[in-house]
This record gives sequence, structure tokens and C-alpha cells, in this order.
Amino acid sequence: MTSALASVKAAWRNPRGRIGAILLLVVSVAAIVGPWMLPDPLAQPDILGGSLPPGPGHPFGTDQLSRDVLSRVVSGARISLSVALLAVGLSATIGAAVGMVSGYWGGLVDAGLMRIVDGALAIPRLFILLLVLAVWEQVPLPALIFLIGATGWFATSRLVRAEVLRLREEGYVRAAEAMGARRRHVLFRHLLPNTMGPLLVAATLGVGDVILLEAGLSFLGLGVQPPTPSWGSMVLDSREVLVSAPWAGIFPGLAIVLTVLSANLFGDALRDAVDPRSI
Amino acid sequence: MVTFAIAITILFFLMRAAPGDPLARVSEGRALAPAELATLRARYGLNQPVVAQFVSFVRGLTRGDLGVSIEYGRPVTALLAERLPATILLGGSVLVLNFTVGLWLGVRQAVHRGRREDRWLTTVSLVGYAMPSFWLGLVLAWLVGIKLRLLPAAGMHDPLLGADAGIAAHMVDVLRHLILPVLTLSVVSIAATMRYQRSAMLEVLSLPYVTTARAKGLPEREVTWRHAWRNALFPVITLFGLWLPILVTGSVFVEAVFAWPGLGSLAASAVWGRDYPVLMGASLLVAALVVAGGVLTDIAYAVLDPRVRLA
Amino acid sequence: MSRVLEIEDLRISFPAARDTRVYPVDGVSFGLERGETLALVGESGCGKSLTSLALLQLVPSPGRIEPGSRITLGNDDVLALKGEALRRIRGRRIGMIFQDPMTSLNPVFTVGDQIVEGILAHFKMPRGKARERALHLLQEVGIPDPGERLQAYPHQLSGGMRQRVMIAIALAAEPEILVADEPTTALDVTVQAQILEVLDRLRTSRGMAVLLITHDLGIVAGRADRVAVMYAGQIIEETSTARLFANPSHPYTQGLFASVPRITGPLKRLTPIGGSVPAPSAWPSGCRFRPRCPKAFDKSELEPPLLPVEPDHRMRCWLAENG
Repeated sequence: MTSALASVKAAWRNPRGRIGAILLLVVSVAAIVGPWMLPDPLAQPDILGGSLPPGPGHPFGTDQLSRDVLSRVVSGARISLSVALLAVGLSATIGAAVGMVSGYWGGLVDAGLMRIVDGALAIPRLFILLLVLAVWEQVPLPALIFLIGATGWFATSRLVRAEVLRLREEGYVRAAEAMGARRRHVLFRHLLPNTMGPLLVAATLGVGDVILLEAGLSFLGLGVQPPTPSWGSMVLDSREVLVSAPWAGIFPGLAIVLTVLSANLFGDALRDAVDPRSI
Repeated sequence: MVTFAIAITILFFLMRAAPGDPLARVSEGRALAPAELATLRARYGLNQPVVAQFVSFVRGLTRGDLGVSIEYGRPVTALLAERLPATILLGGSVLVLNFTVGLWLGVRQAVHRGRREDRWLTTVSLVGYAMPSFWLGLVLAWLVGIKLRLLPAAGMHDPLLGADAGIAAHMVDVLRHLILPVLTLSVVSIAATMRYQRSAMLEVLSLPYVTTARAKGLPEREVTWRHAWRNALFPVITLFGLWLPILVTGSVFVEAVFAWPGLGSLAASAVWGRDYPVLMGASLLVAALVVAGGVLTDIAYAVLDPRVRLA
Repeated sequence: MSRVLEIEDLRISFPAARDTRVYPVDGVSFGLERGETLALVGESGCGKSLTSLALLQLVPSPGRIEPGSRITLGNDDVLALKGEALRRIRGRRIGMIFQDPMTSLNPVFTVGDQIVEGILAHFKMPRGKARERALHLLQEVGIPDPGERLQAYPHQLSGGMRQRVMIAIALAAEPEILVADEPTTALDVTVQAQILEVLDRLRTSRGMAVLLITHDLGIVAGRADRVAVMYAGQIIEETSTARLFANPSHPYTQGLFASVPRITGPLKRLTPIGGSVPAPSAWPSGCRFRPRCPKAFDKSELEPPLLPVEPDHRMRCWLAENG
């Protein structure tokens, strides 16, 4: 665990990593605190206030339903970040579990699991989700999070498996086995803590991927369902007023770019800290 | 091949496992008489046990039969074949751009490592990589298509262009429509290609045989491209294998935004129309492409790397 | 005898922690006469490889050659050369052989291609003729079946063969000076002898001067005309090979000899040199060997210059004053 913590500290010291981390913090704080401070995004103060360009009182303008875009973007942050964190958490857990089992047990179990992973990796994640979500109308949010998380562990499992295979040959693992330690003990006490580094990197970079994915799904009408605000569905809604009120779509998109960028910046810095060879 | 078989199996059972009734859209909310329901079920094979459905599905696959589209009422294979060329045009153009501009920029970054050009390009690629393709498409459509009126922002053809206008005019027309979608997809993909090529190149540039080449008195350009880049190509070839799914995913959004009549927009509208046979067919096609891409990558390695070829 | 190469006060610096710089090569001077072999001897970390890289301005960044250094090749100031002029001396006037032939040869090109490339970089001739020359070169370095080998890839050859190929490449443009950086370190002992043989033969047949860089004293005996011993970025003893072996004068050199087993003579205990080689960031003050020297005395706190021991024999040690 300490090596993971050390990696985080090193990533913080990296100038790009620090920018990423700070931006993430800003977005997170805005997401948590914002909705209290800003006007209710669902309120429609006046019908005549629709499609106002950015100006005093509405820094991001209003959309065609007179909703303040800034408030909606900030509320959307809450959803997008929670979905991302929870889904990535799920992917990381499943991926780590499968990777460790596969790497440590080896043999048929390993072969079987990795074959399945290969097959799943051949199908782009989006298509898997499209298929399931097309049949499943009005997917509730927890289910959406579960689906996204359950489709994101394949590459992670390969990663963890590779790490386990490498670590298995290390001295302290062999020593533990020679001492007669139980398999579970070796797994959790020795192998897992040492895979935390790469796992953390994969998870952080995965956050960016999930945000983009969830936004895309919402853009297609499949993800977060209205009236819950989501950056993706905001962009979708803005299509009809692209000519008259482009800011309704531009700002949510910028929010996506900012958040994904910061996750990637921090993830890259983490990766440099975990594996100094990568440039 | 095994990979593909597993992919098919996964897709099939995934769909059947999803809660919700695939026939809901067909009935469009009005209650169906039991007889109608039974007919529909029989038509789509939903009245049989799951395993039997799977068997008939696979059998259908081997015959090239992917079922019938719920929304269009036409065979899925026909629909896919119809839409494939447009996507190939789009995807192919993006690939070409990637493997020319993307690689070249990545090499430049590595050679000028740490200097202003490198840092600028890194920033640009980081930002580009973070952009949602659908959003970028809309922004470009708005900016270039509507505000500046420079290029068309939708479709593949100008509906007003007469059929009697020459081939050249039609080609130019398609090209003009192609620019914005290609640009949108390229921004995100080139960002990633640049990063990969840069890091691969940096690794190679520090290897001893590059110093040998310099010590021989070869001009710097030869050292960079003939010696270093030839070896930095390998990780990027692997990237090529991964590119197919990324491009396909991106094309779903980009084609939807620009109303480009390809597989991506077919998939997108199939989603809106809950047309699951089409979705299934499209997913299978994509999976097949990915597997084929993997095979191509292996072949490319064998051709380019004598260590693999002659091992 | 004319001097083909003259190095004066070469200093190479690298950036270190907190905006400081360290000097792994700190004031190295020596010369190379036509047709002679000079061995540059020292342990790893003493700066000998960097010195050789400097000759062709191949010092890897962020290292740089400090102003005040001078490298003269015949009549040319090497360090002032740039671009095309620099390219023209690389390979053509100075050829270099690197340490590990596996990683120093490009794995995706045939051996023949890599030699031909070296030829065509400096001579205008049809490709066919260049291939003929490459064939001759492979013969010269003693590779059997040279016709076949031209088409081979580096990974298909043994270590000894690869090193011979490297020599062929270095000779492709007919340089007047050959720099061999640890040419035998990565090879088996039996192959080592063969490679050294090849180098010797080529030197006499082509009249080249050779700069042989090694940490192995055994290679030096019988192969080199002169020896310069390096320690901590400086040359600490310089003389002919015969005199060095007869009368090693610097305590470090003496320590090197004492730590090498000998076949002849009574069995003696090997005495290693105590302590370890200092890093460039921590060069000791005064005489750099002082912390490890059994003969250190009060004057050692002053950094000694090169002082004469006997005719044509200098060392960087105050003990020279005692005669």
C-alpha cells in the first residue's frame, strides 16, 4: 500500500500531475458544493429567459428551457464523477480479482479466463453497452453504473495478471510459499499490495474513459436518463438549438474535456511514478 | 477464430440476458393480441428455448443470415453491406491521416524532445485526447458549417447536385462532406497516435545502434528515419490493431452528428429504434473486423521484423 | 611519427542535482601517433568511454563538452565542426567500435546493408561495387562464408561474428583512426583473443592508429604500444606498455597489478584496492585517489599535476618528486 501512496506523492510533485490533481479537486469540490450555491437547474424562472447568451447572472447562458447552463453543468459534474468513480472502482475490483486468480493459479483456469477476456476485448465496449441498453429501456442509474463497470475490467485483468506472473517469481513470494503460507495469504499479503501501483494507474486513466463513455451514452439517449442532468444529454439537447444557443452545448463539452484532461494528466504522472521507464 | 467464437457467444447471451422486451418497440405501446404476439415471437425466434435460439443463430451466421431488421424490415446483412462503404471511406481516411500526420508528428516530438515544439504538441495531444468526439463534431459543425459556412455539416451528398453533374463534381461533393467528420475523428485519434509514436521513438533513440549509425557518418535524417523509426514502428503497428475498435466507436458518434450514412449512424439509429438484430449484426461485424485487424498486425510484424520472420 | 590525434584538457559535464554540474571527464589530455595503439585503461565509471565518444561529438545529451577542451585531428579542430563537416569525419577519419555488438547493430537490417551504408555515406559508387567492398571487408575481418553472411541479420550471428561485423562497419570508410571501446568485454575469452588478433592485423595492414579502451590489463600487454591509465575523470599515469608493466608507479596502477592473478611466479594473495570508485558528484578534494591510497601523505591534499617519473613516463602523484 505504501508504494501506491508513494506513487501518488510522486505524481503530485510532477508539474503536470499536480495540475491534473488540482483540476480534479476543483471539479470535485464544485460538484459537491456547487448545487447548493447555484440556482436550481431544474427551475424555470421565466419563459422569456430562454436561450440567453452568457452574460451577467448567467455566466454560461441559458438553454432553450430557460435553465441556467452553469448550474446544470455543475450538477452534471456530480453525476459524471460519481458514475466514473463507482464504475472504475467496480472494474478495478473485478479486474484485480480475475487477474490475480488467473496469474496465480495458472493452468486451465488461467487459459479459460484469458480466452474469455480475449473474446470480450474483441468487441468494442460501446457496442456491448449499446446492445444491452437498447433492449433495456430506461435503465436506472445504479444499473448503468454496474454495466459500465462490468464492461471495463478486461484490460485491467490482463495487466494485473502480468504483474502477478512477474511477482510470483520474486524472492519474498517464494519464501512465503516455502514457509507453507496459505494461498490466500500470499495473494492478499504479498501480491495484491504490489499490484496496487499499476492498478491505480489503470483506474485513474479509466476515469477519463468512463466519463467519455457515459457522456457518449447519454448523448445517444441511453445513459443517464432525464431529468437527471448529465453532460452528455446536455449536448444532446443542445442540438436543436445549435444555431441559436450554441453555448448550451459548448460548456458541458468543455466540462468533459477539462475533467478527462485532468484525470489523464494525473494518471500519466502516476504512471511515470510507478514505471520510470515510460517517458 | 476462437476469439471470434467467444465474442459471438458473449454478444448473444448478453442480449438475451438484458431485461426488457425486444418486442416492446414493435408493438409501440399498444397491447398486442395474443395471436399477434405469438406470430411476432415465432418470426424472431423468441418462442424457443435459449439454447435452441443460439443454435439457430449460429446456423444462420454460417449462411450469412443475420436476421431481419425490426425497423426497416429488411435483412440485416443487406443493410450492413449498404452502409459499410461510407464507413470505410471515413475510417480509411482517418487511418491514412493517422499513419502519416500522426506518426510524423510523434517522431518530430521525440527528435525535438523537451523543446517548445514538443511541449506544445504534447499539450495539444492531451487536450485532443480528452475531447468527446460527438461534442467536437457539433462544435466544428457549428463553427465551420453554420457560422462560417465553409463546408457542409451533414450528410454525404448535396441533395441538390443533379445526377447529370459529372463524376468529378460528385467526387468533390463527397470530399467536401467528408472533411468535417474526418477532422473530428482524426483529432482524437491522432492525439493518441502521436503519444504512442513519441514514446516508442524516444526508447529507440536511446539505443546503441542509433549511436553506431551516427558514428558511421550518416546524415541525421537517415539516422532518424531509416534506423530509429523503422524500429519505433513496431509498437505503433500494435496500435493499428487496436485502432479498429476505437475508430468504430468514434464513428458511431461522428456519423450520428454529421448524418454520415455509414455503419456508425446505422448503429446509432438502431439504438434509438431498439432494433436489436441490426445492433447484433453491427457488433458482430465489428468484432470480426477487430479479429481481422489482429491477424493483419501479426502479418505486418512478420513482414517487417526479421527477428520474427526468421526465428 | 606524426600526431594524428591530439586531445587537450577535455572536460565533459553532466547536469546534477540542484542546477550543479558534475565532470565525469575532468581535464584529459593525450595524443595518438600514426600507426600506434594507445590503450586507455580504467575501471568502469572513470570516464574512458565518454572520452572516446567526445572524439566524434557523440556525447549523449544532457552531457556536454566544456569550452576550453580541444580535440585536433590532423589540422582540424574537431569540436568546432558542425553538420556536414562533422558528418564527414565520422566514420571516414575516425571509425568506432562499440561495446555490445548485439545492441549496437540495427536488428532490422542485414549485415551487408549496414556495411554498405557505411561505405556509401562517404564514397560515391554504384551499389554493386559497395557490396563487393563489403564482401572484402568481411573477409578481412575473418568471417567465413562472407557471401552468405552479407544477407544475414544480426540476431542470426554469434557474438564473435557480430563484433567482427562491427569492425568491418567501422573500417568501411577507411578511417585513419580506429576507436575500440571495450571490443571484447561482451565476448568469451577464446573469441576475445581472435578479435584482438583481427584488430592487430588490420592496424598494421592499413597503417591505422588505434585507441583501445578497456578495463582489462591482460589485453593491454602485447597489444598496445602505449598506455594511459584513467581514474576519476583524469589520466593518472601515462607511458609505454613495456615501462608500465616493468615499473607501475602510481599507487592506483600498482593496486591494479596487485589485484590481478598471475600464472608465473609464486602464488601470492590477491590484494584488492580498498574502498570503491567515487562517483563524479563526489570527487575527493586534492588527489582523487587519496581515500583509497596506502601511500597517501600530507601533500596528497593538494591536487597533483602530471609529473615525470622517468623519461616518457608521467604520473599524477606527488610521490614522483621523491624520485
